[in-house]
Amino acid sequence: MTAVREAPTVPAAASGGPGAPGLHRSLGLTDGELEAIRDRLGRDPNELELAMFSVMWSEHCSYKSSKTLLRELPTTGEGVLAGPGENAGAVSIGDGLAVVFKLESHNHPSAVEPYQGAATGVGGILRDVFTMGARPICVLDALKFGDPAEPRTRHLVRDVVRGIGGYGNCIGIPTVGGELVFDASYRDNPLVNVMAAGLVEERRLVHARADRPGDLVVLYGSATGRDGIGGASVLASASFGEGETSKRPSVQVGDPFMGKLILEVSLELVERGLVEGLQDLGAGGITCATSEAADRAGTGISLDLDAVPRRELGMAAFEVMISESQERMLAIVSPDRLAEVEDVCGRWAVPVAVIGRVTADGEIRVISGGIETDGSPAPGGRIVARIPAAALASEAIVYRRLASPPPRRRAAPAPGAPVVPSDSLPERGTDPGAVLLALLASPNLGSRAWLTTQYDATVGADTVEASEGGAAVLRVHGMRKGLVLATDACASIAARDPWLGTATAVAECARNVAVTGARPLGVTNCLNFGDPEAPEAFWQLSEAVRGLGDACRALGLPVTGGNVSLYNESPSGRIAPTAQIGVVGLLEDVDRRVGPAFRAEGDVVGLLGEATPGLAGSRYAELAGSAPEDGPPPIDLAREAALLRLLPLCADAGLLSSAQDVSGGGLAVALAECAIWGSLGARVELGVGAAPAVELFGESPGRVLVTANPSRWGRLQQIAAEHDVPLGRLGTVGGDRLRIVLVGQGATGAAEDRGAGVADEIDRPVADLRRAWELALPSALGEEEG
Amino acid sequence: MRVGVVVFPGSNCDRDALEAARLSGAEAIPLWHEEPDLRGSELVVLPGGFAYGDYLRAGVIARFSPIMGAIREHAARGGLVLGICNGFQVLAEAGLVPGALLRNATLRFEHRWVRLSVERRDTPFTRAVPEGRTLRMPVAHGEGRYWLPEADFDELEARRGVVFRYAPPEGNPNGSARDVAGVIDAGGRVCGLMPHPERASEVLLGSDDGMLLFRSLIEGAAETVAAERDPIEVTSR
Repeated sequence: MTAVREAPTVPAAASGGPGAPGLHRSLGLTDGELEAIRDRLGRDPNELELAMFSVMWSEHCSYKSSKTLLRELPTTGEGVLAGPGENAGAVSIGDGLAVVFKLESHNHPSAVEPYQGAATGVGGILRDVFTMGARPICVLDALKFGDPAEPRTRHLVRDVVRGIGGYGNCIGIPTVGGELVFDASYRDNPLVNVMAAGLVEERRLVHARADRPGDLVVLYGSATGRDGIGGASVLASASFGEGETSKRPSVQVGDPFMGKLILEVSLELVERGLVEGLQDLGAGGITCATSEAADRAGTGISLDLDAVPRRELGMAAFEVMISESQERMLAIVSPDRLAEVEDVCGRWAVPVAVIGRVTADGEIRVISGGIETDGSPAPGGRIVARIPAAALASEAIVYRRLASPPPRRRAAPAPGAPVVPSDSLPERGTDPGAVLLALLASPNLGSRAWLTTQYDATVGADTVEASEGGAAVLRVHGMRKGLVLATDACASIAARDPWLGTATAVAECARNVAVTGARPLGVTNCLNFGDPEAPEAFWQLSEAVRGLGDACRALGLPVTGGNVSLYNESPSGRIAPTAQIGVVGLLEDVDRRVGPAFRAEGDVVGLLGEATPGLAGSRYAELAGSAPEDGPPPIDLAREAALLRLLPLCADAGLLSSAQDVSGGGLAVALAECAIWGSLGARVELGVGAAPAVELFGESPGRVLVTANPSRWGRLQQIAAEHDVPLGRLGTVGGDRLRIVLVGQGATGAAEDRGAGVADEIDRPVADLRRAWELALPSALGEEEG
Repeated sequence: MRVGVVVFPGSNCDRDALEAARLSGAEAIPLWHEEPDLRGSELVVLPGGFAYGDYLRAGVIARFSPIMGAIREHAARGGLVLGICNGFQVLAEAGLVPGALLRNATLRFEHRWVRLSVERRDTPFTRAVPEGRTLRMPVAHGEGRYWLPEADFDELEARRGVVFRYAPPEGNPNGSARDVAGVIDAGGRVCGLMPHPERASEVLLGSDDGMLLFRSLIEGAAETVAAERDPIEVTSR
């Protein structure tokens, strides 16, 4: 490719004035990046070109800090049809169908303008899914906020939840799950991560490519306005300083009604085979959509700047090129199909315009004054920007950032290594039944109903189980198959050990899918971290990516896509390293799914897996308000893999009445949840070691609480043994109380003699547990009814 | 029986309603909002969603849609019309059923599974509901609080215009006056309700109680057709 030697001259009227020295810095580019741009072009960029580079070379669009790390992830596997680099991942589910899914952040916009930030987060991820030709079937949202007692947090929670519902409910895609976590580190930098999934016939999967020179570049949807200027560069790719409200004009505004229309138009265009390629307009607007579509195919695009429909007069060229106005789609259309495309758009009353041509020369050319059919300027037309597509996209600058661990890092104990347990929490004499109630009543573990009732979870009539915390189950329309989706992060562990926290999150998320009986298919992720230029933050990111890769390799799961959100810090500090994981799994027969609720009196209660010491990062430690010195619990990835193989077999054989992952709040909370959901009590005997809190409230991974009809217990034992997964018999389902009797070394007397806190049995009516659990969130947010 | 499901821009339960109608044995077709032709539909369903984005007020723009004239005529001729959620809002805005749907008392969107008592089983919409049976189905709306001036309300009750009420244990999700969840017009052929019977179409999805409504309509229509056809069959024999 030959570099363009002479910079196109940009008339002042189109560019907003001649480029000023130092302009690149106000656009978020460094001096070094300006030099690299000069290298790529072989000349100085003009002002418009600089603006285009500024969005494409932003962290958000270029992944310039994370790219070298992400290359190490396992991205291929059985059935993977589309992986990273596409708008969303796609995995075959058999019968010619594919599930398309992705997880993405909208953190900074949501911090600045929570309603619109969250709403457009939903809109954006849904566009990623239908851009692949898939009809979206559900949304899950993972939200992280600061202390719920603070008025600002309450405002953020309220408006983010309203925003998600406002968009998802209106466009008619059910919100079926997710998670909600409160931690002080998110105080000034809340996280709004949204996951969406869709279904498409494999043969209709669309790629965001502009393959054929001569094809038309067609823009449909909303007109282009001044909203979202610099969303990717100024807002998403910088830490928050003081006075963040000045960034409000960088937040996009969502229109779910137009979102619904372009969803239907896009699917109709795909269904009728009218488009060669589709690309949604998100971060980086027209610049990003055109340069990526061209660069993927090794082609170029000539853009007719004047043809872009605008919301207002007097917009400068750079504003048109980098605007992030929502609800816009770019289609690559063969000239002979244009009339049909216009017809479809017309019927849905969606504005449509031809804004350019695919060319063979590998360049993005922006032309003012009209273009010819070969993409050259019409008589009187002028090229106002001219950049190799690759320079904007695949050959954007890449950094190898400096990583250094924090000075005093406590390594996680290796699996099986002796650990000195911390049993001094809570203080001696505390009744473990009261601890259980306090955990259930805590904002991180209580019922999510306050939130989930604000989301339409049943539109589409395919929702089998909507769940906030575990996994959601949807049937595949017209089939026996079911899709199971979950999203998890373990930031409180990652804060101590990012490798461990991320690997634990992958395992927990996959386990949440597998407990239903589903076979996990693939992993998507959203990596929320701090300033990559800070060596400690970059170390957190690189350790997390290593943990993600290690866990996915061990569990045999491909990473099919993801998103990186950096600079999540503010003057008050950096967020806990948060690798949000999303897993999609397949149930061959949705009627064979296993739910979490206790189902029948007399069922045997059992535990797959064993507790290991380590209370750091647990909800129990959070409740106690002090940091245990024993480190977080280790993970045994081979055991996790065995569980993922075992659980679907148990479900297929009909051995389980219920199954629930043991995670937040430990086994005691898992028992309480199953009891609450099933409106059935249980009596269990729990063997405890020197520190009963480990067995009761510890969150060591690799454990699943199961119940089974006594007649199936023997077979369950057998199959668990075959997979080398320990299965302990704990007790029996029944009655209206949850009774956990402690036996062994740490039981009453023995423990008290040593000064251990937790020792007595737990014996509470399920109704009391339910009350505490139901009131947790409304009371934490000051939203009690009546 | 042919069931037409109106598709407004912004309708999002149209596919679910088509599916539910087909599940109960009807021929179901989509009806595009711009075409004032019901294409021989005996039952017209106005589905849930956010017609025209529900900007301004729910249902207020949709009532001016070209198809609404045809629906009005269909109703005037004694044709069957069922409005679900946003469809109920459109019917109320168009004056085809009495009342107004206001912002929920909680001022929030409410998605919940509710239980409905069936106040009348002598309507074409409820004839297949067994006596004493309550119906379980979801609500999902921000503006579903039924309201009518007190004097009109008494009149509505007097003519037994209330067909569905929210019932225990879940109760009233939106603060509707007198727990009203659905009403019927004076002619007994146009019914609107906020809950979603089309989503309660299979036990797998949590309940199939909604099918009792569709079955009432579709089996009822089949019987009517059979009754009309009988003499012809006799002569042809």
